[in-house]
Amino acid sequence: MRILPPVSIEARRVLPSRWDLAAAALVLGFIVLFAEASRSVVEPLSTLTRERLSLDPINLPGYALRTALRMLLGLGASLLFTFTYATWAAKSPRAGRLLVPVLDILQSVPILGFLSITIVFFLSLAPGRILGAELAAVFVIFTSQAWNMAFSFYQSLRTVPTEMTEAGRVFGLNAWARFWRIEVPFAMPQLIWNMMVSMSGAWFFVVASEAISVGATSIALPGVGSYIAEATRESSLPSIFWAIGTMLVVILIYDQLLFRPLVAWADRFRIEAEGADEPPPAWVLTVLRRSQLMDRVAAPLHQLMQWSYQLTPRARTAPRQAHALQSRLGDGAWVVLIAMIVIYTVWRIFNFVRAEISFHDVLYAASLGFITFLRVAVLIAIASAIWTPVGIYIGLRPHLARIVQPIAQFFAAFPVNLLFPIVVLVIVTLGLLPDVWLSPLMVLGTQWYILFNVIAGASALPRELRDAADNLQVHGWLWWRKVGLPGVFPYYVTGAITASGGSWNASIVAEVVSWGKTTLRAHGLGAYIDDATIAGDYHRIVLGIAVMSFYVVVINRVFWRPLYDYAERKFKLG
Amino acid sequence: MATQTLLDVHDVRRSFPRPGGGELLVLEGVNLTLREGEIVGLLGRSGSGKSTLLRLIAGLARPQGGSLSYMGQPIEGCANGIAMVFQSFALFPWLTVLENVQLGLEALHLDPKEIRARALAAIDLIGLDGYESAYPRELSGGMRQRVGFARALVVHPNILLMDEPFSALDVLTAENLRTDFLELWKNGQLPIKGVLLVTHNIEEAVLMCDRVLLFSSNPGKVVTELKIDLPHPRNRTDVKFEDYVDQIYVEMTARRVERTRPVERPTGMGTILTHVSPNLIAGLIEAVAAKPYDGKADLPDIASDLQLEVDELFPVAEAIQMLRLGELEGGDIKLSHMGKRFAEGELNERKEIFQRALMSQVPLAAHIRRVLDERASHTAPKRRFLDELEDHMTDDAAEETLGTIVSWGRFAELFSYDDESEMLSLENPS
Repeated sequence: MRILPPVSIEARRVLPSRWDLAAAALVLGFIVLFAEASRSVVEPLSTLTRERLSLDPINLPGYALRTALRMLLGLGASLLFTFTYATWAAKSPRAGRLLVPVLDILQSVPILGFLSITIVFFLSLAPGRILGAELAAVFVIFTSQAWNMAFSFYQSLRTVPTEMTEAGRVFGLNAWARFWRIEVPFAMPQLIWNMMVSMSGAWFFVVASEAISVGATSIALPGVGSYIAEATRESSLPSIFWAIGTMLVVILIYDQLLFRPLVAWADRFRIEAEGADEPPPAWVLTVLRRSQLMDRVAAPLHQLMQWSYQLTPRARTAPRQAHALQSRLGDGAWVVLIAMIVIYTVWRIFNFVRAEISFHDVLYAASLGFITFLRVAVLIAIASAIWTPVGIYIGLRPHLARIVQPIAQFFAAFPVNLLFPIVVLVIVTLGLLPDVWLSPLMVLGTQWYILFNVIAGASALPRELRDAADNLQVHGWLWWRKVGLPGVFPYYVTGAITASGGSWNASIVAEVVSWGKTTLRAHGLGAYIDDATIAGDYHRIVLGIAVMSFYVVVINRVFWRPLYDYAERKFKLG
Repeated sequence: MATQTLLDVHDVRRSFPRPGGGELLVLEGVNLTLREGEIVGLLGRSGSGKSTLLRLIAGLARPQGGSLSYMGQPIEGCANGIAMVFQSFALFPWLTVLENVQLGLEALHLDPKEIRARALAAIDLIGLDGYESAYPRELSGGMRQRVGFARALVVHPNILLMDEPFSALDVLTAENLRTDFLELWKNGQLPIKGVLLVTHNIEEAVLMCDRVLLFSSNPGKVVTELKIDLPHPRNRTDVKFEDYVDQIYVEMTARRVERTRPVERPTGMGTILTHVSPNLIAGLIEAVAAKPYDGKADLPDIASDLQLEVDELFPVAEAIQMLRLGELEGGDIKLSHMGKRFAEGELNERKEIFQRALMSQVPLAAHIRRVLDERASHTAPKRRFLDELEDHMTDDAAEETLGTIVSWGRFAELFSYDDESEMLSLENPS
């Protein structure tokens, strides 16, 4: 399967367009609006749950269930967002011009930034009740899942083969029917892969989404994440192991009950006929397919869908002729509308910034951002140097790849908080410098994306190509230089883009580490945002988020995207 | 002058482990020699293990038994002096034409100046002048395969192995490349001493080879050797050329009839059914029934009429024979009474004839129908029959056999099959 990177790879230009700037202003503006709203809610609901969670492992199945349900809700919300937002962006060129850059910036905004900003809003939706906090937690999960799914869907929609769309038109399918019968099935394999990646992302932030602490507000929703947070505070090592075990079980169950059946089911939507690996066996799917009960349950739904296709009239066989004048007027109105909103938000941002933030603050945050940038760059380089050869080695050996893939996927989901005890212990006993030795935590979860993309790339190397190299007796360094490394390069770049974006995000959790009473702190933008969050200082939270988004967007634009284009152009097989 | 033996393959055996356990025997008791100045063709159906044999000779894989030697030395891994041309060209897309050609020389650790000079000479020889800095994707299929040839020739191998090198090209390009290659070979401009060509195209083998080895499948082995005694350049319309083609056809059908019908023993549950679509069966029957054949046709003639390759035609003819809709005799196919009625019939009548033929001639079809009839639900999982078949044959063969019977059964409306639930049933799918 062709894995696409989670950045908009369509735009070829490096310099931001007017639409990019508008998008940046809008996203930042919304964050500011939320922040102001949050600030105005006096007396945060600190009374909500002061009660401590129990570390007794007997509670873990219950916690696991709640965590799993939250993730499922987040996934559902992400799907809804994907189907609406991405579809709108792909179908309406007018909207797409703005929506795509907005998505690009949204996914550069650190996930935990969303949390601190939106928590008070959600709490105020259901004052005094747990519902608000639950909504906030689901929202955080949603933000860790939605963007790459939406991007994948958008890119699939843009690449639906024209003959399929035309066939749909010829048969008189209306837009609604075309969407469900042609476009969604076409996008499905790619979307499911991204759902799995999203799930790993959600696990990575499970602690942050459940054990919420912003300013005076401190909430611990019952769940595995809160359990981990409590275990960390109490420095209870056995509890950490219980949590790891629980997580493993939940991931396995998710894999068996949800993802395996989905992957096996989506196999029928693959367009490429050849090179199809056997889908993994999925007993759940087999049971569902064989059972009569399922048929009965599904039949009304099926009927409903069929009926919905009839609701709107059959599509005209000829696409509607756009009236040039009308269209131009519409464009104009759209631009004016956007411009007005942008001007308004810029004005709000300006006010917000002027009130509290000095130029010096900005410089300070930017310099911290630079430190984090250096960390990310060095670590991605190191991770690449390690995992690229390992990935190639594994990818060329299918039996090994089958074993390693799921393990790497599990490690990618591994919340970094679970490693705090080891890290603190090592750094404190050896007297190491936190500024250097906390850094590896940032790539701990994200380096695996490099590994499994490279594995995928190496296993996609055609056998004849490898035979040709052997036949010419190309070995050793010459082989790596001319065959192995170029062969996996496009896959590597995709993995590295994901890893790099994820590492920025992880810096917020990884630059400040605590275990019991010990807290270690590294200098960096992540620590800055974390501090601001704990202090409930909304101005600095917004500043930190803005600076981090800026770094991520710029790096994507000037480095990753050109590299991706180059890889696609030169190294693509076939 | 005594010619040197370049390659000697003796009693080679190769099998692959199957996922379900056990082994799949691909090659058994294979013998062949390649002498200096020869082009030897390995002719057989796809999947008969020819390519596996070529990989063994190239040192890309090891045999489980027997011996392979190259110029008197046992082959252990890839050797200098054996180069290969691939069906899919196998060019590195990120290297230019020149870099692709140079790669093999770089592996030999030659002086950079010499590498460049030799690569340019090879590019020149093979007619790629001016394309040195192009990337493979910029070239047409024919040009890409020329790069494949240049890359193999530049290392000055003694033996050139060719794995269906022309089958991925269109007809004209392939012919052009064949004649160019033969011309260079005959003029002694190629730095090679012998060629081993794997192909499933009979005419190609007769056009290019000095000797043709016929390869059988399951397990693959050399069954006959045929010397092609024609001067180059050979003419496809020459009577002698056509005689050779006919002779090979007869040879191949004779072998196959012998193998598929050991003296009137009816087919049993253990018979492996090669997958042939009912449409192809109907198409061939129609063609044979029509003018100018009137119910009896020469296989090579009808193959070229239908633009089918030999390995596409044989399974169809065999299926017709198995269903008793026709007979195979010495390179001819003759329709039976039922076959003629099938040809004349409407769709429903055809289905009826097909159904009757399946029930009477294919025990597996009758068996499935009986099981479905007996069950109250009139359904049965595919797995049930697969397990039964696997007692008689390998897992892959069982999978193919059942796939064939499902497709035939569906056409004949004998039973239906739902691929999602993997259930066979008597109902028509809703």
